[in-house]
Amino acid sequence: MPNKGHTVFVCQGTGCLSGGAEQIYSCLQSGIVEANLGDSIQIRRTGCHGFCQRGPLVVIEPEGIFYTKVQPDDVSEIAQSLLPQGKPVERLFYHDPATNRPIPCHRDIPFYSKQQRVVLRNCGNIDPENIEDYLAVGGYQALRKALLEMTPERVIDEVKLSGLRGLGGAGFPAGRKWEACRRAPSEEKYVICNADEGDPGAFQDRSVMEGDPHSVLEGMIIAGYAIGAERGFIYVRAEYPLAVKRLRIAITQAREKGFLGDDILDSRFDFDIQIFQGAGAFVCGESTALVLSIEGKRGMPKPLPRPRTAEKGLWDKPTLLNNVKTFANIPLIIANGAEWFAARGTEKSKGTAIFSLTGKVANNGLIEVPMGMTLREIIYDIGGGIPEGKAFKAVQTGGPSGGCLPASMLDMSVDFDSLTAAGSMMGSGGMVVMDEDTCMVDVARYFLDFTRREACGQCIPCRLGTEQMFEILDDITKGQGRPEGIDLLLELGEAVKSGSLCALGQTAPNPVLTTIKYFRKEYEAHIYEKRCPAGVCQALITKLDY
Amino acid sequence: MDELEEELLREILSFYQGSRGELVPILLEVQGNFGYLPEEAVQMVASFLNMTEGKIYSVASFYSQFRLIPLGRNRVTVCRGTACHIRGAPQLLAEAEKVLGLKEGETSADLEYTLETVACFGCCALAPVMKINNAVHGEMTPEKVGELFATWNEGEQGA
Repeated sequence: MPNKGHTVFVCQGTGCLSGGAEQIYSCLQSGIVEANLGDSIQIRRTGCHGFCQRGPLVVIEPEGIFYTKVQPDDVSEIAQSLLPQGKPVERLFYHDPATNRPIPCHRDIPFYSKQQRVVLRNCGNIDPENIEDYLAVGGYQALRKALLEMTPERVIDEVKLSGLRGLGGAGFPAGRKWEACRRAPSEEKYVICNADEGDPGAFQDRSVMEGDPHSVLEGMIIAGYAIGAERGFIYVRAEYPLAVKRLRIAITQAREKGFLGDDILDSRFDFDIQIFQGAGAFVCGESTALVLSIEGKRGMPKPLPRPRTAEKGLWDKPTLLNNVKTFANIPLIIANGAEWFAARGTEKSKGTAIFSLTGKVANNGLIEVPMGMTLREIIYDIGGGIPEGKAFKAVQTGGPSGGCLPASMLDMSVDFDSLTAAGSMMGSGGMVVMDEDTCMVDVARYFLDFTRREACGQCIPCRLGTEQMFEILDDITKGQGRPEGIDLLLELGEAVKSGSLCALGQTAPNPVLTTIKYFRKEYEAHIYEKRCPAGVCQALITKLDY
Repeated sequence: MDELEEELLREILSFYQGSRGELVPILLEVQGNFGYLPEEAVQMVASFLNMTEGKIYSVASFYSQFRLIPLGRNRVTVCRGTACHIRGAPQLLAEAEKVLGLKEGETSADLEYTLETVACFGCCALAPVMKINNAVHGEMTPEKVGELFATWNEGEQGA
């Protein structure tokens, strides 16, 4: 392998770090010095490369050589491979699960080749702790363009034209929210980035913050300029210490470079961002609850009729609240234009969607695809299908607010409206694949156990409804289900949906309603035959004594 | 709380202005230093922010991060996330409960271990996941739980 101008990228996402990526990085550093390659080889730490399951990952560019599950013992061999006569270390390549064929370059691996990494373009390719890396790939150019060449109204028009919809779950058109916030009369306004990724089974916001924190900051600063705010907050989960650390570093560096603070780029626009660590409450995904939480109160959604946060939010001032990925899209839209953005996706869902693809699927990780790709393409082409020759049963999107979709819906387009029509939702981007060994009643019970714990308790349909639904589901999984249980679940589900005060309760029944709709036979087997077809529910498994 | 701890708390508070919006960050920092929210600390925070202790407890009890009882020296956390659940987290938790002789949420009498669960670590691609203090262990099985504690205990004794 020629050794001129090589860069070795070592992924330092949470997934790879848990596999020892920090040690790999330091071993590689000394390995490269020992092999006398210090002058010709650069070694860089990056954020999440996406294929967390195969981590720790090491990538060598420009060839794109992709090493998986790298251990400290492998490092000297990798260093040797970088010598002029060196050969790549084949045993560390990704092997195609179907054919066992080694694939040396990440660009040829279907997990990557079928994706369109737009928002994630920098994740895995730049050092998230070094602003120079972000600047080198055009970072903060969009901010410069917005502040120096565009009026705030023009920025909002661009966001509206792009068709970008909020990527936190509900999919409200981002531009309209920005416009409402701009129009709300007030001296003081705020921008909040919702990074309280509360859905279990989702890590895409965490990965964006860890891998490309400046793109989030840049989007927020542009938003502040557009709506007329001078202060921004990032509301981030306390369970994400690495994201908090990288955001802190990014904020400090952005201040030093004059992208945050007073008179940004001599435009007379002032803006600063501070981090607010959430203390753990799923309901704080609801905007009025999140705002109360920053004010130091219990994060309970405000009663109806609720003021719109865009008009009366944090400390009763107009507040723009968007998700991490929504902000990360903004610099791209401003830099490349609305048309460029809208060229991807479907008629009503523009751009790309980022998913945490996990569960019973061969390739687990962080993926980005154009809106409108089918579930089948995501699960089989990118995800590599179901491992161990098992049969696909369902795919769950939208976390506790979403639903489980069966094999008959695999050819459905993945976009906001199709998912909602099918009884699920886009949510913040969790996508959990389930196979024949997953019990759908147990899954429904699992989600209701989550929502009943997370219900804030102020409205009765949600507080008592989720509890009752959980108890019925619990009985069914224990072999004590009654014939009327299914109808009772449907009736309760509708009541909780229509009677709850906020989206937590309004969507909590979705996992139950969709599993009954698409997997009713499994419920019936539990109730009438006292049998768990997937063999999950312990109380229904007869142990044979040999 | 002894004098040293009071001093530490005063130092923590000195970085804040005393506005109510700082309550959650203050409590997180207090807990970061003490492992939980000691009663005396809550009293001091209350007078610093000019709030009743009751108001502080109403906030502290709302969020899952805050604890009002001391934590064990070692925290074992099993992830309850969706991907972990369908890949066997309930069995991991059962095994950890067996090995430690603790139920979820409990701390051993000698304050050596606390066993807890978390809604999601966001390490779903490595499911099922458990964490011992700050080290994340991915692709766990019930068998590996036993091995992990065995090596862990050896390491502790060797240290």
